[in-house]
Amino acid sequence: MTGSSTASRWSLRFLALGYLTILLLAPLVMIFVKTFQDGIGPPIDAITSPDGLAALKLSLITVAVAVPLNTVFGVGCALLLVRHRTRLNWLIDGVINLPFAISPIVIGLSLYLLYGTTGWFGPTLGDAGIKILFSTPGIILACVFVSLPFVVREVVPVLQEIGTEQEQAASTLGASSWQTFWRVTLPAIRWGVAYGVVLTTARVLGEFGAVTIVSGSISGQTQTLPLFVSKEFEQFNLPGAYGASILLAMLALTTLLLMNLLKRKDDA
Amino acid sequence: MGISVEGAYKKFGDFQALEDVSIEVPDGSLTALLGPSGSGKSTLLRAIAGLETLDKGRVEINGADATSRPPQKREVGFVFQHYAAFKHMTVFDNVAFGLKIRKWTKPQVSERVHDLLRLVQLDGLADRYPSQLSGGQRQRMALARALAVEPQVLLLDEPFGALDAKVRKDLRTWLRRLHDEVHVTTIFVTHDQEEAMDVAEQLVVMNEGRVEQSGAASDLYEHPANEFVMSFVGEVNRLGDHFVRPHDMEVLQHPADRTAEAMVERIVQLGFEIRVEFSLSDGGEIWAQLTRGELDEIELREGQIVYVRPRETKVFSGEPEIPAAA
Repeated sequence: MTGSSTASRWSLRFLALGYLTILLLAPLVMIFVKTFQDGIGPPIDAITSPDGLAALKLSLITVAVAVPLNTVFGVGCALLLVRHRTRLNWLIDGVINLPFAISPIVIGLSLYLLYGTTGWFGPTLGDAGIKILFSTPGIILACVFVSLPFVVREVVPVLQEIGTEQEQAASTLGASSWQTFWRVTLPAIRWGVAYGVVLTTARVLGEFGAVTIVSGSISGQTQTLPLFVSKEFEQFNLPGAYGASILLAMLALTTLLLMNLLKRKDDA
Repeated sequence: MGISVEGAYKKFGDFQALEDVSIEVPDGSLTALLGPSGSGKSTLLRAIAGLETLDKGRVEINGADATSRPPQKREVGFVFQHYAAFKHMTVFDNVAFGLKIRKWTKPQVSERVHDLLRLVQLDGLADRYPSQLSGGQRQRMALARALAVEPQVLLLDEPFGALDAKVRKDLRTWLRRLHDEVHVTTIFVTHDQEEAMDVAEQLVVMNEGRVEQSGAASDLYEHPANEFVMSFVGEVNRLGDHFVRPHDMEVLQHPADRTAEAMVERIVQLGFEIRVEFSLSDGGEIWAQLTRGELDEIELREGQIVYVRPRETKVFSGEPEIPAAA
């Protein structure tokens, strides 16, 4: 009895680990090996080239704008969905999931059409001297679009779980809605928000499809890190492509580690 | 003065939670809202706190109309069944919450919080988090938090409902004593008639969104207005149209005036008190509450035929309406 269940447990573990190794770990390890096979010089050179640095800067700017935007919107939207039940909630709930359902390249195309010279918004904004496509605003817009649902989806279940009693208690103690939000609700949902932020950051950093279309991928100007990787790869500059890939992976890992560190400090 | 609710109505969808409810709670009193679940007692309490808005009716707190005031402006302390502790704050910060909102200075807050923690016997636990407290301690913390802002009224929604029997009893006694010390007008909601009678001076019995009767606990027990109150405030047997308390049952060995024949089905010893269950010849079932002395005197055993009669009964006119055992 015990013997067979131990055996099945081990084979299950082996299967799960094997699956993860082949699908996830092997490709990542491969990249590391390939990047550094000719030493640390070539990848560093590629990243510190003017185009590489420009791509890194643009990626960081995009994160710095898109992530806070989606965090504020996400928390507000989750509050609306959970705390203020209205007739239109089902619609909002569905629309928020659209970025999950639609391929990023389609999102890129639709933005291209909307803000292009023949789109609804393009001509008006163009007349006002605002350039969306092939510039930073367009890239940020695409990233906001694709990463919109993460904070909402992380925060909604946490809000449902904490219930309304703490908020009601705060109100009987004299706290206004604003005070209740800052002192009671937000601290209670902070880890939901944090996970949402990490996922949003990872998504924004890695976004390729939508950004390809709206940015035009101009080297040194409208190239984010993933686009830089793609260009280097196409031009057979493999150390550059690998180096930038590693940099991308490191950035995402750093966010994840940062949050875990904060959480550990908070739990202690 | 005190609290007064007049003609309160509240509907949740198709469910009529309150229907023409009026109550008067004297200043400084300790009143229990008693009723089965779904009777509207919690809704009434929440309406007094401003956590629910009434469809119709009026709420007065200490003579001032509070009907349209938000909870922040009602100066009520509210204690929830599941404590509603601020989990990310220490005990100190929980109790200090209302004071910080009112912008008290640090030394003032500290002094008041420590006074209150002493009052609820939690001094020394100020730096703990709610998750490190027992249920009883959490509820005392919630009480200190509600009292910190010196509310005009204290409202407790099934405050002991989530606690185990022993802690419940202790907290009951303790709440009673606390009220003697603090003297704030207090209403607490419960479905437990024993708890209500133990703690409160005044009882309001509710059923299906209406007030069935209100008054002193002994009045309600001795002079229930209807069957519902009689059966909810204490145990009751039914003999035809008559209602009789189990301790008002007389058990005889031989037939006598007004007795009914009954067979002893079960004898349950509950410490000092004995519960004897009978089946009647018409198929009805009743039970009597006897003392050990009485039982020894008549020497009952299971299966025996005896004769029972009520010492005192009540007859109510109108539709009979008996709830399931509460």
